[in-house]
Amino acid sequence: MPLLDIRNISIRFGGLLAVDGFSMEMGKNDICALIGPNGAGKTTVFNMLTGVYKPTLGTIWLDGESIGGLKPYAITKKGVARTFQNIRLMKSLSVLENVKISYIYQTKCNLAESVLHLPRYYREEEKVEKDSMELLRVFHLDGKKDELAANLPYGEQRRLEIARALATHPKLLLLDEPAAGMNPQETEALAELIRRIRKQFNLAILLIEHDMRLVMSVCERIVVLDYGRIIAEGAPDEIRNDPKVIEAYLGGEASHAKN
Amino acid sequence: MKKHLTKLLIFLAASAVLFIVLQMLISANIINAYYKRILMTICINVILALSANLVINYTGQLTLGHSAFMAIGAYGAAAIYKAGVPFVVSLLFGSLIAAVSGFLIGLPTLRLKGDYLAITTLGFCQIIVVLLQNIPQLGGAQGFAGIPGKTTFAWVFFSMILTIVVLHNVVGSRQGRAMVSVREDEIAAGAMGINTTRYKVMAFTVSAFFAGLAGGLYAFLMMFINPTMFDYFKSMDLVIYVVLGGNGAFAGCIASTAILTVLPEALRFLNNYRMVIYPLLLIVIMILRVKNIRLARLKGFFRKFRKGGENDAAA
Amino acid sequence: MSFVEFLQQLINGLSLGSVYALIALGYTMVYGIIGLINFAHCDIYMVGAYIGFFAATSLGLPFVPTLILAMVGSAVVGVLVERVAYRPLRKASSISLLITAMGVSLLLENGFNAVFSSTPRSYPHNILQQKNITLGPVHTDSLHLIILGVSVLLMILLQFIIYRTRIGKAMRATSADKDAAALMGINVDWVISVTFAIGSALAGAAGVLVGILYSSIDPYMGIQPGIKAFTAAVFGGIGLIPGAFLGGLMLGVIETFVTAWYSPLAGAIGFIVLIAILIVKPSGLLGKKASEKV
Repeated sequence: MPLLDIRNISIRFGGLLAVDGFSMEMGKNDICALIGPNGAGKTTVFNMLTGVYKPTLGTIWLDGESIGGLKPYAITKKGVARTFQNIRLMKSLSVLENVKISYIYQTKCNLAESVLHLPRYYREEEKVEKDSMELLRVFHLDGKKDELAANLPYGEQRRLEIARALATHPKLLLLDEPAAGMNPQETEALAELIRRIRKQFNLAILLIEHDMRLVMSVCERIVVLDYGRIIAEGAPDEIRNDPKVIEAYLGGEASHAKN
Repeated sequence: MKKHLTKLLIFLAASAVLFIVLQMLISANIINAYYKRILMTICINVILALSANLVINYTGQLTLGHSAFMAIGAYGAAAIYKAGVPFVVSLLFGSLIAAVSGFLIGLPTLRLKGDYLAITTLGFCQIIVVLLQNIPQLGGAQGFAGIPGKTTFAWVFFSMILTIVVLHNVVGSRQGRAMVSVREDEIAAGAMGINTTRYKVMAFTVSAFFAGLAGGLYAFLMMFINPTMFDYFKSMDLVIYVVLGGNGAFAGCIASTAILTVLPEALRFLNNYRMVIYPLLLIVIMILRVKNIRLARLKGFFRKFRKGGENDAAA
Repeated sequence: MSFVEFLQQLINGLSLGSVYALIALGYTMVYGIIGLINFAHCDIYMVGAYIGFFAATSLGLPFVPTLILAMVGSAVVGVLVERVAYRPLRKASSISLLITAMGVSLLLENGFNAVFSSTPRSYPHNILQQKNITLGPVHTDSLHLIILGVSVLLMILLQFIIYRTRIGKAMRATSADKDAAALMGINVDWVISVTFAIGSALAGAAGVLVGILYSSIDPYMGIQPGIKAFTAAVFGGIGLIPGAFLGGLMLGVIETFVTAWYSPLAGAIGFIVLIAILIVKPSGLLGKKASEKV
């Protein structure tokens, strides 16, 4: 059984059919990418996967459970985490506090235990602190744990967002344009990070990306979207040479990625 | 764990000392009845302000109707006391039904955003006032009289300390973290597995409990309550205390509440013009705050200039 | 209730509603352009009533000049408030602005109380001919009809300004996107002042009309109608001018019928309607759902 099974989802906003008949499967440890021109519907697919929108048609299955139409927080609890196209960090909180947010749903201390500082409160706070710091270490952000998220340089903000998403212990991680605004060295480091995350945390990763360098070097399978429909699907080499894709989107970038 | 306990013990010890000092001054009549009344009002207002602070500054929900919960607590405690229930239990009862109202009102309204939420909470407040004006058993528009003066300085002071400790623990817990995440970015919070509605309602309910407690204490201090004491002007006062107190830290909130409670009293010598100078001061303070922020940024800008490349190297 | 009674109450309701609409328009226009709930707006209504009062008594002016003077005076006060108290806080948080507005409101109310005392003043009885008018089986009096008439006239004038003049276009543009409007060469400060001026003038007119109808004004007269008018603006869809029309008229009619049927509920009915509407349609009757881009 695939980890993620998207069957024929469509979504209509008033008169606009933003996504039409999108289907895709992902295995437990796959790294795939969703590419396409701006406005093709990629983030809309993400939003349907994470419960921000409810598909008008079709179903979404995660590990055999239907998740289409559930509220975002419920889907996160089932094991899907995401980052956002426009970084949505909690700006006035510190780096450490941002990561701790993801542990709220995973801890059980109720209000009375919290107020009375019963043993479970201390136990859980300690564990959350320890686990969060460990995660920050993996992302080389532990030195800045008390820094305000708003004060981090752009690249570190993107890393923090990924760390925060990973802190929810997902089975599937959705990254929305993680390489946006990065230079080639940073993008290479990001590629390395993605590969490492897949191995270390044993999960599947789905990217939305415009940076073909990253996509070609990291993904096993690519799905191409244009005007809400899938126009091609396959391994990086197949996509690179697909005339439909080249016409819709890649153009000269494909040859650059080869080199 | 040790760190928490130590901090708590120091705080409690300091509070005990403060209480003893103040109580001695009161008993010796150095603090006379008039000032004692002011002190007690400060304590009650601090309970109110800290409770509103939880919703407004920590959870980021602007509520303009918080005094409704105070009213429910006041009337609830007074009414059930008249029915023969002991004082402490009456206070608890008032707080609990205020909390229940907070829950019931919060559930449908907290799906509204920003200004819609603000006006709806204001609406609920006015509805409660009108409701109370039309219940003859509670005295109607004439008010509820004949409440014994059971509230003492000790009661309000210790209730205030209790409020501070409980709310401080709420804020430092995973629930408090969830509330802050709602304020920061509801969508991101949802994406990290947080049921934002649940925590918004929780903040509302907890804060309504303490507003109800304050209301009960107030009823047994004033010995007379009527619905217009709890109308939207009272809610506005609370919002002003909370916002002027800064971005939520308890010390700032307590300080601003104390100052703003005393200010109208201190201006009494101005008679009729007192209530003209007070809002004028308010406006001037608000304008100065903005200018100050701009001034601080300007200072930072010049500092960078003078230190030359030093700051750039660090960045 | 007989059909004739129904019609009579309807006329009363519409005239009350048109007063609410005039006030609601000012709230909605200011909210639409700078996102502020102008708590001081209801006090501009009161200021207009007082200016009109002095025009009619001390200056002995007849109805129309009184109305015009009050409208101009209110507009001036409104713009003054904007320049002195709100403009410095343009970039501040919206809560700071809200608190300043509350401060201005208290200042105006208590200021007028300190200067003119809270004893109610009365407009001269002969300022408008109060005649009993019979339309078929329905009895009403000329005052209600005049209020309705004047309000409708002002609202038509407003529509004309908003949709047929350049300044109106500038107002619509600034309301849609302040920064883009500034980049297109619109003097945003000026547009905001004009918005306040128009909204205040309408509120001042409402103040005069009410002063004449109920023959009694006091410094705190704006509070109740203010909250109600704002509620009406919100459930019609805050920021939308047709929403304020609709909301105000609806509220006046509903309130009049509720008062006739079960008066204790009258004070709260506006809020009950508001809550009922917002629960079903969170952006108000005519409002559009503003969704955030994720």
